Amino acid sequence: MTTPTTPAVHAAGIGKVFPSASGEVTTLTGVDLEVAAGEFVSLIGTSGCGKSTLLRLIADLDTATSGDLTVFGKTARRARLDQDYGIAFQQAGLLPWRTVAANIALPLELHRWSRPTREARVTELADLVGLSDFVARYPDQLSGGMQQRVAIARSLAASPQLLLMDEPFGALDEMTRERLQTELARIASETGAAVVFVTHSIPEAVFLSDRVVVMSPRPGRITDVIDTTPGRARDEALRESPEYFARVTAVREALHGTPLQRANER
Amino acid sequence: MNAARLPSWLRVAAPVAVGLLGIALWFAYVASGTAPRMLPDPLAIANEFADRTPLVAEAAAVTGTNALLGLVAGSVAAVALAALATTWRPVDGMTAPLIAALAVVPIVALTPILNTMFGASSQFGRQAVAGIAAFVPVFVNTLRGLQQTRPVQRDLFRATAANGAQTFRLLTLPTALPYLLTGVRVAASLAVISALVAEYFGGPADGIGTAIATYAKSGRAALAWAFVAGGIAIGLVFFLVTSLLERVVSRRLGAGGPPA
Repeated sequence: MTTPTTPAVHAAGIGKVFPSASGEVTTLTGVDLEVAAGEFVSLIGTSGCGKSTLLRLIADLDTATSGDLTVFGKTARRARLDQDYGIAFQQAGLLPWRTVAANIALPLELHRWSRPTREARVTELADLVGLSDFVARYPDQLSGGMQQRVAIARSLAASPQLLLMDEPFGALDEMTRERLQTELARIASETGAAVVFVTHSIPEAVFLSDRVVVMSPRPGRITDVIDTTPGRARDEALRESPEYFARVTAVREALHGTPLQRANER
Repeated sequence: MNAARLPSWLRVAAPVAVGLLGIALWFAYVASGTAPRMLPDPLAIANEFADRTPLVAEAAAVTGTNALLGLVAGSVAAVALAALATTWRPVDGMTAPLIAALAVVPIVALTPILNTMFGASSQFGRQAVAGIAAFVPVFVNTLRGLQQTRPVQRDLFRATAANGAQTFRLLTLPTALPYLLTGVRVAASLAVISALVAEYFGGPADGIGTAIATYAKSGRAALAWAFVAGGIAIGLVFFLVTSLLERVVSRRLGAGGPPA
């Protein structure tokens, strides 16, 4: 289908302008980004830096005003229609009238998988996210963390080679968050999917990513890209290693270091 | 709802006690001899009801059928038009003033006209009145329900490349269903009232309303009241069935339903 050399995401000179009551608002300008197949890239920055907008452009939920964007060498629209990516948002967005199993199966149902293949795949996915005992439950019977696991399983349903995640752990408590980060790192390496991960948490970005893309607002643009590939497995020990702290510091400096940014802060 | 919840036995006993007290007062009022001639005591009404049960049931069947047909037809039309208004914006713009106009029309006032239009031997005028009365609450509630999907859910369906029909069937409609059924519950009572009151304005000589009017005019108070009881029974059945339907569906749809 795609050669290994085709990047998962290729963006060149992306700009996005939203019309507003007081004229036009430039949300993104001159964004160049390439995400290799199987690579985990985080987008980090303050609110309004356009990181979510960039993700929505890749997902074809919005259209770029300018620039060139391809997903696995196709237009974003084609990639969406071909289901080349799976997506998870900050809100799990589960359908409350469907069981966990039926929520996970939703993308498969929409693409007319047969019932037996659907059921087999749901069993696999529930196992992958540790929800095997909860497939018959309804979303309102689950904790926030478990709902988010369902959302992640759902995003993985059609075995996409690209995962788009918009602050999926943003609404969770710190403990749940760390546990799900460890699980996501495992899932990403097991499935070999590329991930574009939007977050405003520096430790989260550093722990999960091969590269952290630092963005800055007004207008939204990329100011720095920091290599955070760990030379080891992403496990609990990594969180306490010196190189991890060093990278957290590097990302923090990149986030706060630009003089322009400082001037903008109160 | 209320902070201090009553113990369960009291929640049953209290309304029963109020009911019994009311009936006792009613007996006392009639026994005192100051009551109007048209108000017999409850026992007389109950006796009349027991003696004429087949007659009351027959009349109730006529009125109930009219109300049911009106409710179903009005609801189907309302849901179809609400779906159309949601998917196609111009329809919304076109129907909004029409619905507002329909909502302020005293619908039973149309009955003499409809009865004349469709002839004195036809039930259609009554059914049409019930249908029009049912249409408005179902339409208004369904239209609101169809707009209750959350942005994250719509994004998800778009991102998953769902087509319009799939999005409607798997997201929009299930989200709207509790609202729709609330509309049907409200419409059910309106349909019964409209079908019954419509009988006061002519048409075929059958139905609960016709019987009440006839016996009230001829001074057979207890029998007129027995038919009123029949009317109450129809209303109760419609209310209970639609409430049950609403509750079952809300439970099935989980926390996604509207707040009662």
